[in-house]
Amino acid sequence: MAEVLVLVEHAGGEVKKVTAELLTAAARLGTPAAVWAGPGIEAGQPRLAEFGAVKVYVADSPDFADYVVAPKAELLASLVASAAPAAVLVAGSAEGKEVAGRLSVMTGAGVLTDAVDVAAGPDGAALVSHANFGGAVNVHARVKSGLAIIALRPNAVAPEAAAGSAVLEPVSFEASDAARAARVVSREVAAKSARPDLQEAQIVVSGGRGTGSAEGFKVIEELADVVGAAVGASRAVTDAGWYPHAFQVGQTGKTVSPQLYAAVGISGAIQHRAGMQTSKTIIAINKDPEAPIFEIADFGVVGDLFTVVPQLIEEIGKKKQL
Amino acid sequence: MNIVVLVKQVPDTESVRKLVPGAGTLDRAAADGVINELDEYAIEEGLRIAEAHGGEVTILTMGPERAAESIRKALSMGADKAVHVLDDGIAGSDALATSAVIAAALGQAGFDLVIAGAESTDARTGVLAAMLAQRLGVPQLTLASKVDIEGTSVTVRRVSDEGIEVVQGSLPAVISVMEKINEPRYPSFKGIMAAKKKPVQTLTLADLSVGAGTAGLAGSSTEVADFEPAPPRGAGVIVKDEGEGGAAMAAFLAERKFI
Repeated sequence: MAEVLVLVEHAGGEVKKVTAELLTAAARLGTPAAVWAGPGIEAGQPRLAEFGAVKVYVADSPDFADYVVAPKAELLASLVASAAPAAVLVAGSAEGKEVAGRLSVMTGAGVLTDAVDVAAGPDGAALVSHANFGGAVNVHARVKSGLAIIALRPNAVAPEAAAGSAVLEPVSFEASDAARAARVVSREVAAKSARPDLQEAQIVVSGGRGTGSAEGFKVIEELADVVGAAVGASRAVTDAGWYPHAFQVGQTGKTVSPQLYAAVGISGAIQHRAGMQTSKTIIAINKDPEAPIFEIADFGVVGDLFTVVPQLIEEIGKKKQL
Repeated sequence: MNIVVLVKQVPDTESVRKLVPGAGTLDRAAADGVINELDEYAIEEGLRIAEAHGGEVTILTMGPERAAESIRKALSMGADKAVHVLDDGIAGSDALATSAVIAAALGQAGFDLVIAGAESTDARTGVLAAMLAQRLGVPQLTLASKVDIEGTSVTVRRVSDEGIEVVQGSLPAVISVMEKINEPRYPSFKGIMAAKKKPVQTLTLADLSVGAGTAGLAGSSTEVADFEPAPPRGAGVIVKDEGEGGAAMAAFLAERKFI
């Protein structure tokens, strides 16, 4: 079976959850082979083995951190040439998609971004699912022939443990001059929140216009913390400055796909639904019974969030003590 | 400075968006067309850079005849001129094919700075700017929340998954901009009147020497196998809070094993 390359997302030797999801998806199409760009493989190798990586191509070069996107795409292009994989899978993060885009130009292979599922089609080639127009239309797409480059939405495929040998295969790499055109001169790493990452979280609690103010939005954080959730916000909230833009869920913000999504004081305009409609279970609290969010909610309460949420928090506390 | 802003006309997200049966391409006639939202930030950024550093702003659009409406709006905001790639052969182009056509148009028009929105609201691929940087062999200064230009050096604050990266490159370069990088201006009455007289050049694929095998549905390397409307989510339970709403929701979460 042909190899399927998986570009590993890692920071400080820690492998991100989306990589386990990518390895699980890769195993459906061929032999999963991880690609590690940068330092820290010693710490990351066990995790890659745990999710079925048969081998790991390792290229440790400072170019990956010093220059934007292009070096990673060049590394993948060189492995495409030498290993002739059936597909290349990357995380559907903003950077992952850019790597996929450059690789597509380099190889002439088709790129399928924001996939929510991947399967082998009747001919064994990758068939990708998309949830288009904010989840209103389900589309199956594929490349016409040859290599498929796929960017997979985080949290969309459930990772499955599968023993792999994760044999390390060092690769020598040096970025071309063209790939060194955009240089990273400094980094400001966002303060690490105690809450889970918005796009990786199993539960997301989001607040909207109904919270009324930055002060009112605190009840969203309280609810998130009792269920171990990430906090999200609608555009009305970030536009008003009640919560940072980095937490915006929706068309022009982040797309999330958690097991449980709680929309609190959010009407559910298309702008917002585009970012959360593929969540597995949706609950909503809104004082307007006509709010469109109730059309997609599995459970909804029509009422004032400032009385419903405190009661919800209290009841969750009671159930935890049982 | 020769600034080219990429503008895409997209179906209004408030209207019903459909795909064409068979081809699985976007039905562009079914919905109202508007300028892709992030492209408005790109236009504004281009105008501000031209105002601060001198230069000319050209709008580059690829799309059907009606995309001319979006071009006029961009011109009425203050851009100087426009290029419209208009050819039946471009319909159904995927991201890779689109980037080939745009790169050819940029090569012909010439540029110091290309500015695009970080993604479109219809296809949402978010790959075009990176593809163009690769094709044109220029620095990729994308996902910018701030742009600073000093001489020929361009510095952007790149919004990465981990935080902010300060990224630097030299002109010519490709930039993509994020939401809220600026406050896009509204066209003034004077601007709307002036836009009517601004030059719009129409180019075909032949004018750009782009072969039929490179663009459109036939020239795309990806295809839609099939599509269907998402099944409606099972009707949920909606209760009115009469003092027990929070408790009822907690019971639902317990039943589904979330707590």
